[in-house]
Amino acid sequence: MSIDSKTLIELFKNMVRIRQVELVIEEHYHEDQMKTPVHLCLGQEAVSVGVCSNLKKEDRIFSNHRSHGHYLAKGGNLNSMMAELFCKETGCARGRGGSMHLIDTSVGHYGSSAIVAGSIPHAVGSAMAFVMQKKDLVAVSFFGDAASEEGVLQESLNWANLKNLPVVFICENNHYSVCSHIDVRQPKVSIAKRVSGFGMPAITIDGMNAVEVYQKSREAIEYARSGKGPYFIECIVQRWRGHAGAGDPLAEQYRRKEDVFNDETVCDPIVGLKKDLLDKNVITQKEVDCINEEIDKEIKIAFEYGETSPLPDVKDLEKYLYCE
Amino acid sequence: MPWTKLQVEREEPHFDGDAGRDVRKLSFGDALKEALDQALEQDPSVYVMGQGVNDPGGMFGSTDGLYKKYGTTRVFDTPLSELGMTGIAVGSAMAGMRPVYVHNRPDFLLLAMDQIVNHASKWSYMFAGQVPMPIVIRSCIGRGWGSAAQHSQALQSLFVHIPGLKVVMPTTSYDAKGLLITAIADNNPVIFFEQRWLYKHQSYVPEHIYSIPFGEGVVRKKGTDLTILAVSHMVIESLRAAEELEKQGISVEVIDPRTLKPLDEDIILKSVKKTGKLLVADLSWKTGGFSSEVISVVAEKGLSYLKAPPKKVAFPGISTPGSFVLENAFYPGVKEIISVAKELVKE
Repeated sequence: MSIDSKTLIELFKNMVRIRQVELVIEEHYHEDQMKTPVHLCLGQEAVSVGVCSNLKKEDRIFSNHRSHGHYLAKGGNLNSMMAELFCKETGCARGRGGSMHLIDTSVGHYGSSAIVAGSIPHAVGSAMAFVMQKKDLVAVSFFGDAASEEGVLQESLNWANLKNLPVVFICENNHYSVCSHIDVRQPKVSIAKRVSGFGMPAITIDGMNAVEVYQKSREAIEYARSGKGPYFIECIVQRWRGHAGAGDPLAEQYRRKEDVFNDETVCDPIVGLKKDLLDKNVITQKEVDCINEEIDKEIKIAFEYGETSPLPDVKDLEKYLYCE
Repeated sequence: MPWTKLQVEREEPHFDGDAGRDVRKLSFGDALKEALDQALEQDPSVYVMGQGVNDPGGMFGSTDGLYKKYGTTRVFDTPLSELGMTGIAVGSAMAGMRPVYVHNRPDFLLLAMDQIVNHASKWSYMFAGQVPMPIVIRSCIGRGWGSAAQHSQALQSLFVHIPGLKVVMPTTSYDAKGLLITAIADNNPVIFFEQRWLYKHQSYVPEHIYSIPFGEGVVRKKGTDLTILAVSHMVIESLRAAEELEKQGISVEVIDPRTLKPLDEDIILKSVKKTGKLLVADLSWKTGGFSSEVISVVAEKGLSYLKAPPKKVAFPGISTPGSFVLENAFYPGVKEIISVAKELVKE
């Protein structure tokens, strides 16, 4: 499948945007103004962007604690996200959720869960609703390798397969559950291979390559949308930071030697794509600079919006307990 | 014939909530079925699922044959994936559906706690009321015929504790239908507990669709000497006890809260203000249970009304035994209520 230049540039731009947002959060995190546990997706940008670039606005995504990339790639409002990280009333969850609970219903994002695997059945249930309502929509579930250790994934796969539901499962395998390596948690059979036992298509791809993610997830989404049933993609990625917070202060104590991200040029999804686009004259360095500049400007505004927005009023402490 | 039906007919004498009235009466199970039928008819976003809802028995009759009328995309059997299927119900609710998930026993809800407590109950608050979560989780509390420790738990107290949930426990057929309609119409997760022995009882049920507001209890019997706040099947036991006590000159007021959360505190406080004595007859364990919650409400808001320390008639803090000899000793009923009521009135 060939990809047009416009799409390639969009993939690049959207990855840079997520990268820059995460870096700005990390840069300011030590100031303690964002009083919420952040789980940065640095290194994993290609998955969110590659998958969401194939979705319609009304298609739905379901996300986890490492939620920033999914939210932004699906078109979630950046100002509202930054305000949520600052726990402000103008945040996407009005400061009731924080970094792990982003939401933007206007773009098909109905709230991320910070319980590992918790939102997987939500994607399946939404897909079931789309079928009941005869809507031509797809649900996408994002989760990590550790979610494959939870029983609820098997339960969700079982039902999605039985009912042939339009849901695409995107497993971001970054090999770590906090500091625990996948080798101490799972047998050495790929997650996709285990899933294929349900009789559904399940593939493993390079999650550090946005073009590959875009192409493979496009096939998966078309497959699901055409009524053929669910599809599973395991994306091999690298988590460049610790489980939560800025940096990776415990890296020396838990990282494996084979984690190669010391040389980010080797496996950086953005650097790789940029080089390719420049080499093939799809984009010029000037355009790259322009993209960077625009994004930095947008982020600066969002950051200020978050910082200067009002905090929730304590008199509203009990508001929203129930939905009207 | 399912064994529970046998058991009901062995142990539970018939109770007519509207004895002597010439009105249409339905059994508790038929009332639930009528509520589901009318909700399915009225709103295409309503669907019913659960292991066994399409069985010949139809979940003790409460879903009997509905799939024939509405098809198996709206009334369907589920795999034994309580956690996953609850999450699937949650996801469908996010996309505009109104699921009713039926479980044979509350014991099985423990497998679904992550989706009920970590997800469904929190979606409104955590996302500032942006996502309605109209889910009804029905389950039927078992009793008798050696149901034992894992098929007879009444777990309402656990759910009452959780912010964001509503907990409903109807006693009469009238309430079963009206409260189930309200539950389905509610935009929040509702845990709906039925007690198996109630299924045989009959009471007046209007044919039209109607709803009963949550948080409004009813006085089942008026009295002046003692207030009994009773839950679910304990209402029946309390009414029978009250009848006997009346013969002995003790006037008992029996209150049925109908919904445990929200709780009608006013009806309890008003009654205790009048009688000065409170007995809570609950269908769960004494320790840390709903009966403790009712007594704490009265202690906090109506301590001066009390002329004697309040009492509980509830389950002892052990698992339900299997043997019928032990089972009979485990469950408090008319006899225990009478004995505790007499003590209270004496004080």
